[in-house]
Amino acid sequence: MANNNSIKTKLIYTFIAWTISGLIFFPILWTLITSFKTEAEAISASPSLFMFDWTLENYEDVLARSPYFNHFWNSIVISIGSSILGLLIAIPAAWSMAFVQTKRTKNLLMWMLSTKMLPPVGVLIPIYLLFRDFGLLDTKVGLVIVMTLINLPIMVWMLYTYFREIPNEVLEAARMDGASIGEEILYVLLPIALPGIASTLLLNVILAWNEAFWTLILTAANAAPLTAFIASYSSPEGLFYAKLSAASAMAIVPILILGWFSQKQLVRGLSFGAVK
Amino acid sequence: MATTNSRALARLMLVPSVVLLLAWMLVPLCMTLYFSFLDYNLLSPGTEEFIGFMNYEFFLTDPAFFESFFNTLLLVGGVLLITLGGGIGLAILLDQAIWGRNYVRIMVLAPFFVMPTVSALVWKNMLMNPVNGLFAHFANWLGMTPIDFFAQIPLLSIIVIVSWQWLPFAALILLTAIQSLDREQLEAADLDGAGPFSKFYYIVLPHLSRAITAVILIETIFLLSIFAEILVTTSGGPGYASTNITYLIYTQSLLQFDVGGGSAGGIVAVIIANIVAIFLMRLIGKNLED
Repeated sequence: MANNNSIKTKLIYTFIAWTISGLIFFPILWTLITSFKTEAEAISASPSLFMFDWTLENYEDVLARSPYFNHFWNSIVISIGSSILGLLIAIPAAWSMAFVQTKRTKNLLMWMLSTKMLPPVGVLIPIYLLFRDFGLLDTKVGLVIVMTLINLPIMVWMLYTYFREIPNEVLEAARMDGASIGEEILYVLLPIALPGIASTLLLNVILAWNEAFWTLILTAANAAPLTAFIASYSSPEGLFYAKLSAASAMAIVPILILGWFSQKQLVRGLSFGAVK
Repeated sequence: MATTNSRALARLMLVPSVVLLLAWMLVPLCMTLYFSFLDYNLLSPGTEEFIGFMNYEFFLTDPAFFESFFNTLLLVGGVLLITLGGGIGLAILLDQAIWGRNYVRIMVLAPFFVMPTVSALVWKNMLMNPVNGLFAHFANWLGMTPIDFFAQIPLLSIIVIVSWQWLPFAALILLTAIQSLDREQLEAADLDGAGPFSKFYYIVLPHLSRAITAVILIETIFLLSIFAEILVTTSGGPGYASTNITYLIYTQSLLQFDVGGGSAGGIVAVIIANIVAIFLMRLIGKNLED
């Protein structure tokens, strides 16, 4: 009797959960579906969920009419480039703070976090002018620099919380065996911390891929990543829903897949370890 | 001996991060501060002139500032309200025994990974468009007049879009927190005959308080700087109806080329963010001590 009851509650909860999550996911699903419709079907007053002639022509159109792959490549270079560069700078710092703690370590961490809170508009004009004067406007190099800097505090923090979980004895043992600091990091720390480092990399690739303040302001045609490319579709309405959907799908699907792998790290990284 | 050595080396390894962040924070910030005291327009270079606090006076007494300050508050407050309320509900729901929880979680989480320009455009065109959007079709089907979202309720429409993007984040953090709740406590409450509401109010909510504070403060930091969603949907309009402080400063400095005025606005934005930041740092500072 009780068992029957609990199955009933489970059924009700399951139904509610699937309905709500379906509604939340719907705009994405709708975009994916619309990307396979013709433009006429895309704006039809009685839209169909599955019963239409599926077509790939929107994808062909988007690829033919715009340098989609240039923007895709820019997104890849900017997000992966800045994440790797960030790791190279952040790993030594995180090692130092996690294993050679001083009285000032905590303050230093807090200060790094505080740089993340500087609103971008506070430095908008100087960055814009400096970029103009150094010829960095609309270049991938410029954006890699900016992305590295805005994500560096998150990287140091995430790596720090992962490194803290590694017992100091492991590293001391290596030191006793006469390993230099470089060898210690390279051969002992990195292999143990590899999952943590990989998650840090993943989360930062996602954050940089989706960043939409600096990428919109500092790029034009050449270095524009997908965020800026999609923004160019904001021009007045017309018969372009299907193409907009195809372009959107190509911009979000790669990162959606990466994102689903990094759920747990997301909580940890974005809450700066406040919630684990 | 070895310790002194490794300590010195450890300090050396901190140098790149510290120097870069220091440069990234201080150099532009000092420049912004300096520009904010100048009469400096990019269209008339070479005529810069020191004018004291004039830019601040203009910026802070401009009706556009009040409107965008108010809009910023509404935007941040509205999104926080929706994402926290919805997030707590979702977290409790996903914590129940349900079939296919992993799939549900994946669907709920998805909007967070959609880039802001895509989500804004998808909502603007495919859902909220007054002629061809899905909501308009739905309204017509019900025999109602479709709402012209971005003309009639521009700020509310942006609040809805941004809430959709941030709901997953709140839900995920709160779910993570709720899963660490001591089940025995709830069972004990059951035995004592506590109803679902008193269990929620006296056990679940206090347990979540830290996670809720974290969500509020982290979201606030990001929400104060909402930009792309406004740029691609309303461009701040009609009038200043959906302009927030970030967007106001952007129009002033990069569209009207008023470096001085934009810089003064930037400094004001930094001060507002600092007030929020102080609370966030306290919260996380406490966490470091555990």
